[in-house]
Amino acid sequence: MVLRGHQTWVYDANPVIAGSAAVGGPFEAQGPVAADFDLLHGDIWLGEKSFEKAEKKLLEQACEIAIDKAGIKKEDVHFFLSGDLMNQIISSSFAARTIGIPYLGLFGACSSAMEGLALAALLVNCQAARYALAGTSSHNGSVEKQFRYPTEYGAQKPPTAQWTTTGAGAALVASEGSGPRVTSATIGRVVDMGLSDPYNMGGAMAPAAVDTIEAHFRDLNIDARHYDLIATGDLGRVGHEIAIDLLRKHGIEMPKEIFTDCGIIIYSEKQPVFAGGSGCGCSATVTYGHLLNRLRKGDLKRILVVATGALLSPLSYQQRESIPCVAHAVSIEA
Amino acid sequence: MEKFLFAFLVGGGICVIGQIMMDVFKLTPAHTLSTLVVAGAVLGGFGLYEPLIKFAGAGASVPISSFGNALVKGALSEAERTGLIGVLTGIFEVTSAGISSAIIFSFLGALLFKAKG
Amino acid sequence: MSDMKNKKLTPTQQEYKTFAKSREPKRPAFKNSIKAFIAGGLICTFGQFLTWVYMTFFDFTETTASNPTVATLIIITVLLTGFGVFDHIAQWAGAGTAVPVTGFANALASAAIEHRTEGFVLGSGGNMFKLAGPVIVYGVFSAFIVGIIAVVLKGLGGM
Repeated sequence: MVLRGHQTWVYDANPVIAGSAAVGGPFEAQGPVAADFDLLHGDIWLGEKSFEKAEKKLLEQACEIAIDKAGIKKEDVHFFLSGDLMNQIISSSFAARTIGIPYLGLFGACSSAMEGLALAALLVNCQAARYALAGTSSHNGSVEKQFRYPTEYGAQKPPTAQWTTTGAGAALVASEGSGPRVTSATIGRVVDMGLSDPYNMGGAMAPAAVDTIEAHFRDLNIDARHYDLIATGDLGRVGHEIAIDLLRKHGIEMPKEIFTDCGIIIYSEKQPVFAGGSGCGCSATVTYGHLLNRLRKGDLKRILVVATGALLSPLSYQQRESIPCVAHAVSIEA
Repeated sequence: MEKFLFAFLVGGGICVIGQIMMDVFKLTPAHTLSTLVVAGAVLGGFGLYEPLIKFAGAGASVPISSFGNALVKGALSEAERTGLIGVLTGIFEVTSAGISSAIIFSFLGALLFKAKG
Repeated sequence: MSDMKNKKLTPTQQEYKTFAKSREPKRPAFKNSIKAFIAGGLICTFGQFLTWVYMTFFDFTETTASNPTVATLIIITVLLTGFGVFDHIAQWAGAGTAVPVTGFANALASAAIEHRTEGFVLGSGGNMFKLAGPVIVYGVFSAFIVGIIAVVLKGLGGM
């Protein structure tokens, strides 16, 4: 049976990531994992007329490269699952229009990468698809414009702020072939601890990450040592520290050498990114580029990626709502 | 010459008040600036802002608080001329240079520039 | 006001909120205030210099010189915003650039520039006051209230 425990799926039919791609922008090109990107752009407009159009192009490119690397054609892909941060997830929908694959739109904010991967692996595992493509994207300009301020506005960002990644990631999951295998996934509950500062997403999302990690270990009856690496999506430096403390409080042992965060990996300390990277593209590009490369090289054998999302809208914040968050975990093995 | 020193001190001081509102009281820029404008209007109503401008020159007239004072000045001077209705008709009298140029040049900016990210 | 927010939270949530707050790197309020003081002071001093220029070399009086002074500061701000430089200066200066009229001009210019992708009417035109709107609304409304009160008091005093 695929269902294990209360909220975890174990993929017994070994769905494989036959092709993956990470596409990024200029900031990502200056980061420490730039070499793991398939394509890097020198400016954030990508030759398009708006940030939103540029984000759509990033996603299209990531999808095309992932399909190409899997050695198949886009006509062979059965389903395209994608989400992003834009209102009405237009980046995903418009990319789906270009790609022409039957489309399932998702919204998990910055957890979209793992939400998509979990569902794509489920479709393939349960023989509902032979090939399923999971993708997601984010763009610094379009996200700042929608959620915070115009990019040229002189508002002073506090040290807890994070830098939205301009990037897109895609993974082609197949029922057979060679490549890293998706072995399990835990779907998270929405957790809201009453935090409401949109400049401190890490603090708001940490409880959701801890809740999902706890559920994952409980459902599968394992502990952190089962994995070589556990990476949260974009808690950033602030949220990461909070998560470590919170895990300890919940009695979950998390060795520091294996626990990390994509928002910390993607940018170097020298880059002016405050608490680290964020956005759907953060966990997607780091996972589908850097982490999968390490798995393929044999550097890592078993990883757990816990992508975290803050489910607020600009309106909910103005209406004095707090920030509900969710985290989805997917385990991938070499 | 000392006008320059006073401009520096008073202008800097008003900005520090704004910074404290943002960092310590965690107000957004919009909330902070709106509060400063209202403060300028209230001080202007009591006749306390004009002396500050006489003393510190641009140190009091450049910060956004002077916008509130200028709005009140316009309202009151028109009210003296035409009665209570002047409070409505005179509000933008004094500040029109600031508002007009901000709108005009911002629009020109939008015609000429693209966001840099 | 923050107490009201806390009353709606469960004890676990309140505990977490306090915990998360303690782990939050504090905003360097003192350092920021120094930077704001210097930046704001410099901008106002430059404004004073402009006033002097307009009074000395042109036909402006002490009162009317504030008009071209403000307009000049606005033009410079729009240029810096357009060239993508203002936000970097503002990250350092904080309230030092936000509180002077430069902040107002930057709010208008940045919104207009950002939204030109939605067209010049609904985009730039419709969104120009997105950030500066509150300042205008509250400025006008408070001037109206203060004005009414002042006129009424004067009227009563006259009786």
